[in-house]
Amino acid sequence: MGRKAKFDETKKVKKGPGRKARKQPDPVFKKELLEDDTETKKLTHRQKQRAAKRAKKKADLIEKKKSLKLAKKNVAKQNEKVISEEIADASDEENVKGFTDDNKQWLKPKQKAKPKKQESESEEADSGHEESEMEQDSDAADEEEEEGVKTDGEKYKVGTLDDLFQDSDQENGDVTSEDEGQASAKMDYNSDSSEEKSDDDDEEDKDDDDMLPIEKANIKLKKKQKLEKKLADEEMQLNIAKQDVFAFPSEEELENPTSLQDVHQRIKDVVTVLSDFNRLKEEGRSRCEYTDLLLKDLCTYYSYNEFLMEVLMQIFPVQELVEFLEASEIARPVTIRTNSLKTRRRDLAQALINRGVNLDPVGKWSKVGLVVYSSTVPIGATPEYLAGHYILQGASSFLPVMALAPQENERILDMCAAPGGKASHIAAIMKNTGALFANDANKERTKAVVGNFHRLGVVNAVVCNYDGRQFPDVIKGFDRVLLDAPCTGTGVIAKDPSVKTTKDQKDIQRCFNLQRQLLLAAIDCCNAKSSTGGYIVYSTCSILPEENEWVVNYALKRRNVKLVPTGLDFGTEGFVKYRQHRFHPSLKLTRRFYPHTHNMDGFFVAKLKKFSNVIPEPFKDEDDEEEAEKKETTETAQNGESESENVTTDSKQDIKNTSVKRSIESTNPTTEPQKKKNKPDIQKRPETTANNENQQIKKNKKKRNRKNKNKQNSDTAGSKQNTSQNGAAKNEQTSQKTTKVNKKDKKGNEDSPKPQQPAKQSPGKKPNKVNKNPPTTQNPTQNKNEGKITNKVEIEASKKLKNKFNKKKKQIGQIKGDKDKGNPKQGVNKKFKKK
Amino acid sequence: MKVLSEERTRILFEKLTKYIGVNVKLLIDRPDGTYCFREKKDRVYYISEKLLHLAQTVKPDNLIAAGTCFGKFTKTNKFRLHITALTYIAPYAPFKIWVKPSAEQQFLYGHHIIKSGLGRITENTPKHQGVVVQTMSDIPIGFGVAARTTAECRSADPLATIVFHQADIGEYIRSEDTLT
Repeated sequence: MGRKAKFDETKKVKKGPGRKARKQPDPVFKKELLEDDTETKKLTHRQKQRAAKRAKKKADLIEKKKSLKLAKKNVAKQNEKVISEEIADASDEENVKGFTDDNKQWLKPKQKAKPKKQESESEEADSGHEESEMEQDSDAADEEEEEGVKTDGEKYKVGTLDDLFQDSDQENGDVTSEDEGQASAKMDYNSDSSEEKSDDDDEEDKDDDDMLPIEKANIKLKKKQKLEKKLADEEMQLNIAKQDVFAFPSEEELENPTSLQDVHQRIKDVVTVLSDFNRLKEEGRSRCEYTDLLLKDLCTYYSYNEFLMEVLMQIFPVQELVEFLEASEIARPVTIRTNSLKTRRRDLAQALINRGVNLDPVGKWSKVGLVVYSSTVPIGATPEYLAGHYILQGASSFLPVMALAPQENERILDMCAAPGGKASHIAAIMKNTGALFANDANKERTKAVVGNFHRLGVVNAVVCNYDGRQFPDVIKGFDRVLLDAPCTGTGVIAKDPSVKTTKDQKDIQRCFNLQRQLLLAAIDCCNAKSSTGGYIVYSTCSILPEENEWVVNYALKRRNVKLVPTGLDFGTEGFVKYRQHRFHPSLKLTRRFYPHTHNMDGFFVAKLKKFSNVIPEPFKDEDDEEEAEKKETTETAQNGESESENVTTDSKQDIKNTSVKRSIESTNPTTEPQKKKNKPDIQKRPETTANNENQQIKKNKKKRNRKNKNKQNSDTAGSKQNTSQNGAAKNEQTSQKTTKVNKKDKKGNEDSPKPQQPAKQSPGKKPNKVNKNPPTTQNPTQNKNEGKITNKVEIEASKKLKNKFNKKKKQIGQIKGDKDKGNPKQGVNKKFKKK
Repeated sequence: MKVLSEERTRILFEKLTKYIGVNVKLLIDRPDGTYCFREKKDRVYYISEKLLHLAQTVKPDNLIAAGTCFGKFTKTNKFRLHITALTYIAPYAPFKIWVKPSAEQQFLYGHHIIKSGLGRITENTPKHQGVVVQTMSDIPIGFGVAARTTAECRSADPLATIVFHQADIGEYIRSEDTLT
């Protein structure tokens, strides 16, 4: 019993008596007992109003009946005259202005009487009563007319009254006389009542006799409403005008900002204008001007640099952008993760509550998370914390591990583990079985990993310190790989506001290049044949598509992986389109998390499944690859980051090598037709351009300087040379192309020496190292074009080629000797032939 | 990751026996696979054979830690248990001592345990016996050496030291860098 402890000051305890002390309500008396009071009571205002309403209804009904009668009559065989007269009468009735004075005197109380009567009846009043009342009333009306307007005669009566028996009344004098008697009685009664009421209503009635008070009130009300509406409309117009009035600030105003409040107001205004641009824009201003203004204002107000703000504006619609920026100013709630190796969430929560910590489960989606609202003790130094019962971890950091869904006895790699939060989560889910490799590139930070692992009681882990990109060389065959890649941190601006000002295009490029390489390395580390796994989870704490969707898209093209649902039932879908980019449609399966919608750090999670360990040969990619390549080379050249470049080239070359090997195995038998195919290409070659050559030479030099890779570099250089001559710039990257080129050259020389003289010049400038190429590596290059050639053609071509080879062996040698003296290419060709 | 020398193995096991007695056997003969002790830069790691095989693929220069670090050999070739070994010592230790909540914080800052902070103590604890220190809610928070026997504790002065501090979980924060 008793109330729950209220640790939260924000929730107030209700005051006053509790539920059980409820008071006895006031007694309720029966209607009958109260009747005396009500009878003597004067009518309340409401009652009067109701009565008036009823009267009006009645009057309306009568009129309706009249008109109905009229219609009937018309239909019946009444002559026109009669009808016209009746109409006139009816109108008389309606207007009730044609009465003589004497009539008026006794007519008035009658009208008054109607409501009064009803009022008296109102206490028992039912809808059923009304009819009878109406009959009575109509009777009364009859009498009025009979007596007052005798001259009108029968026709009038027939016209005004609807009921049949009333018609009969006229015909039967007796009945009418009876009626009269009744009416007079009524009149007496009514006159009495009128005396009571007349004091207040009489004057008005005289003004417009037939107008009921309710009608008047109605008219008044209508007038009032009209007026109000008019005013409201005017106001609205005014408002619109005001919005419209948002004046685009002048140059001077922009140069001399007054205060942040003004800037904030202007942001709001511009956002509203942009939300309904067509209507609210200032004449002669384009959307660009508004967005530029908004950009500047947002930069000043939230202190971002313009580049980052521009990028953010491209991601979010304006309204959402402001929300995002606001949310990025506020820190996310502190969350902790229960270490399920040592304790249970309920026990931990109880222990912490006893220490004066106010907390709650983080949500239905997690069984280990707790949100800490307030605490009287430092949450990172309680004995529970030191004993490893929990770890401080952002809610968003649970997501990649949940997506990874580790199983017991698996081998799992966390590539960028420091400080070990996610890795220890993995170990906890695995229950300390299997093997967990926690890698981080930063040696200092690995200490935190070790500390956390020991504190949390993780015993199945190996902590190592490699560059993630080299990891496939160390150990492969993991069942699952988690890559929480280093990023610009645009999702955690609340944690680290320096992101706002320090990031620029170069940083982002550097980041996503690294991320791409890391992701490829992570995929290579994974074992597709694993019975339980073969999954890779890629996550970043950035919201930029360049670092997320684009990176995943890149990996999709280069490795045998596919996207699978992350298993997270919330979060927004990843982008499929972003500006000029069109990503693979399955990128919908990735998940994005934003600070303003999910109240956690901005985050991105993608889950990939590897379906084959084979590394597909690298292929040209119109936009991505070239861009990336260019960026990389330029960037590294500028920054002098020789280290990273070496590493990147390393990894690339590894990839190339492996692919080459594989393709050798598969494509040996089909080399011949390829030769045929290449012929036309060669013939189409344009004359060599001096520029190309120069560039190539430069490249070659650069690459030759690097250790280890001389051979392959020269290969690629050669390939670049030739392919560029062919006008196929796409082929630049692949090493296979180089071999292809070699072949082309050879054949070109062999087949048609004369037209190819220009072509020969370029190989002439190739470095000597080309010679060292083992001829076998040439084969794989032809994979791609094979499909285009039919079998018959292949066979024919091969035959022809063989013949030609035999015939022209000598010739070619001679030609070569004539044209390019001291050309190393010659040697190459000879070697090939021998083969 | 190299195998411990004969002598070092002896020193290590002597030390461990001080804390967990005959239960040392349980560390070696485990139902869930073979476990072994390996040395790396004077640090001793307790690691399962399976994991060891995997860890051996990593270059020694790049390997930071594997399994659980038990402690290190000092320059004078003595073995010092680290707090990281608590995971294995705590469940096997026959002699324990419980501290009152008011004295927890004192111990976690590296102080000895005095009589006034003593909550409970295992019966028949001999002098200079290695003991595991626990909170009243049975969370192990460190270990030390008993300064007095259980019997002596009863009659001790309230400010008398009962347990000499050796390691406590506060070290995870105080000396994260030197842990491993």
